[in-house]
Amino acid sequence: MHIFTNPNYNFLRWRWHAVAVSWIVILAGLFAIYTKGLPKGIEFAGGTSVIMQFDTTPSVEAVRDALNRNYPGGGQDAVVQSYGDPAVRQVMVRVPQVGAEQGTSLSVPAQNVENALRKANLGNFKVVGTEIVGPSVGDELTQKGLSAFILSLIGILGYIAFRYEFSFAVGAVVATLHDVLVTFAFLAFFRYDLTLNVIAALLTVTGYSTNDTIVIFDRVRENMRKMRRDSLSEVINISINQTLGRTVITAGTALLSAIALFLFGGEVLHGFAFTMIVGIVTGTYSSVFVAAAIVTFWRRTKPSKLSTASPAAVTAPAAPARNAASSRKSKSQRKARAS
Amino acid sequence: MNKNIRWKVITIVAVLVIFTGVGVYPILAEAYRMPSPAWLQQKQLKLGLDLKGGVHLVLRVQTDDAIRLQSDQTAEQLREALRMRNIPGMVSTPSISQIRVEGVPPGQDAAFRDASADLSTSFDRSPGTNGSYTFTMKPNIQNQLRADSVVQARQTIDRRVNELGVAEPQIAEQGVDQILVQLPGVTDVEHAKSIIGSPGLLELKIVEAGPAASREDLMQNGQVPEGMDIVPGNADATGGGTVYYMVRKAAAVSGHDLTNARPAVDQNNLPAVSFTLNSEGARKFGTITETNIGRRLAIILDNRVSSAPTIQSRITDNGQITGVTRDEVNDLSLILKSGALPAKLTYLQEQTIGPSLGADSIRSGVTASVVGLLLIIFFMLIYYKLSGINAIIALVFNLIILLGLMAYIGAVMTLPGIAGFVLTMGIGVDSNVLIFERIKEELEAQHGVRASINAGFDRVFWTLVDTHVSALIAALFLIQFGTGPIRGFAYTLIIGLASNLFTSIFVSKTLFEIALSRRSPREQVATLSI
Repeated sequence: MHIFTNPNYNFLRWRWHAVAVSWIVILAGLFAIYTKGLPKGIEFAGGTSVIMQFDTTPSVEAVRDALNRNYPGGGQDAVVQSYGDPAVRQVMVRVPQVGAEQGTSLSVPAQNVENALRKANLGNFKVVGTEIVGPSVGDELTQKGLSAFILSLIGILGYIAFRYEFSFAVGAVVATLHDVLVTFAFLAFFRYDLTLNVIAALLTVTGYSTNDTIVIFDRVRENMRKMRRDSLSEVINISINQTLGRTVITAGTALLSAIALFLFGGEVLHGFAFTMIVGIVTGTYSSVFVAAAIVTFWRRTKPSKLSTASPAAVTAPAAPARNAASSRKSKSQRKARAS
Repeated sequence: MNKNIRWKVITIVAVLVIFTGVGVYPILAEAYRMPSPAWLQQKQLKLGLDLKGGVHLVLRVQTDDAIRLQSDQTAEQLREALRMRNIPGMVSTPSISQIRVEGVPPGQDAAFRDASADLSTSFDRSPGTNGSYTFTMKPNIQNQLRADSVVQARQTIDRRVNELGVAEPQIAEQGVDQILVQLPGVTDVEHAKSIIGSPGLLELKIVEAGPAASREDLMQNGQVPEGMDIVPGNADATGGGTVYYMVRKAAAVSGHDLTNARPAVDQNNLPAVSFTLNSEGARKFGTITETNIGRRLAIILDNRVSSAPTIQSRITDNGQITGVTRDEVNDLSLILKSGALPAKLTYLQEQTIGPSLGADSIRSGVTASVVGLLLIIFFMLIYYKLSGINAIIALVFNLIILLGLMAYIGAVMTLPGIAGFVLTMGIGVDSNVLIFERIKEELEAQHGVRASINAGFDRVFWTLVDTHVSALIAALFLIQFGTGPIRGFAYTLIIGLASNLFTSIFVSKTLFEIALSRRSPREQVATLSI
């Protein structure tokens, strides 16, 4: 069975469109983050969240009303939502306050939330979970997450440069950066909280999105040895087409598992699964449209190691002329095939 | 079946049996009450706090305290040394790491140098004008003190938690000055927090003046006399009213000299905590009590006088803390026995997961795993037909090895870890997809089935190594980033990646070889269901 039978799409011809689409998404995402902010999960924002299980679930409005009346300072800053499967009758209340970090008073707001709801007679409930995060934790996490991300990018850059060549490494890393920015944009569009799990998913996307890129680059390298007469663009285009089936299928299987997590993994993993889904899709897109395009941009300005090292290259100055000629030729070939 | 294949099959079966035994069987045995030896059940895959329920605390050690304490103690020693040599001079501590001496007469400069010689190991001295000197603690000594205080705090917390009787607690240093405490199964956070965070500093000091109704009554010329401290205490045993005592800053005997503490009752049959001192403490305590008969001895706990009885006779190795409530007795003995914290602790983060919340997470995690596995099995069977079975067997092996290795190395399964497990399915079959697609390509180029399969595995091998290494790089930094649950995720990913290389290459290829070996070697194999 084949998804594509002998595909022959000219991906590189669409690279400017792809650049435009990517920038539109990324800029729209940045704009959304700039105007509305990226909602931060409790680990990053600090605060107190209390999860309560009721005998009969009260409405969100009733809980909010109870907080407005009984929570010290009013409940206008509180977030109230039903938590998990409706069958488990759980409600989560999140308030931005935390108690003093000294002694045991950190949990005072959690107590206040519980008391406020008890006072309002919302029916019998028990507290099944609390999470209290002091204000200093978020900054440290942001810093740690950022450094983990940058270090893993440097690691991947180094590895691909070592195994392939530097322009490929640049392509892979730019594609990964692109994926992370696009994923952030979608997190902003769909208002998912930035949590530890989401960051973990983003770091996983960093590692995973290079996979498709490596598969394509591997084929580019193989084809470069076979097709010495063709231009780099031509080789890249053919390589992308040859590997298109597996690029789509590997993304598909990863997507299947991410979707299973999104639908059945429960409340805590929702943001994680969403991030993975977006990351897998954009990772595949960027492998095809971004990574290879970056290689051609980079190679145009920088002399290439591979083409000069290649025994077929006659002399360096002659090479561009030959490439131009062959790319013209291949264009006409393509027209012939299309007709 | 030729010899080569037989050995491969034996290897695979052995690996499968071992990892099923370690990773899968104990879980099934527990769920369905099947017989299983205790040593095997002990090795069972451990569940993280987010699945099992419990308390997760992150504390920061206020390492400044340790430096301040060191400066204070050194300043006190210097004061004593100056007093003994009759050198005038005001000793103060302007910052946590500095000691300042003012008003040393020029004529006694040499004598002062001699008196302060002891300080030079830990402090840098810089002379100022008019007989003033500033001693600054050396940076390496400061760093050492900070690091030591975190280690000591961790050890103290460890002892306290063990005394509490929590099963499988996890107490670890984290970052520069943080300590992570995980207490599975504990739901009374407040109690756990008060025991962990209590300074637990016991000091026995002779009362120099007091009790008095207010702090000011004890001051001389509106100041606390040099080397003295004014400490509050309860006016009576029931805790009503506050009185103040003046005591020396340096303790005669402290909690460091304590060997044991246990609940007891005092002569009025009220709850109390008895403590026993070690030989060094007993010697010091003996001398102090002998020379101060008739005076009051303040028993100070965390800078508050709990009682100040009059010394009747020489006491050596034991004493009693009275004025505690019945509820406090057990906790206090526990805290005293485990020793004082070297520095104050602040709570940065606190999370309680009820057992029902954990059970929900396990349920949804298992559902997601089953659904994910079924989706992938369906897809592989439809797309790769019989070869899909090969990929599915490799995948199931991959998951069994993953569970087995995690159990074997004692890694903890968390909710994000379950997510990693599900993702391993989706990402794991990718290797098979790459190999199968390559085989298809070779078949289309008319290379024959055997040659195509060999070429498929050979050509894709280094691609797989590259993709796995780059995913591993990211996963390794994930360990650096994460705590608890996220680490569980990172470990799952890393182990899954490693076992995937084995199953997708070695296991999968052997399965093809077995399938082909059924046909005669000379027979031209023309078709492959792929």
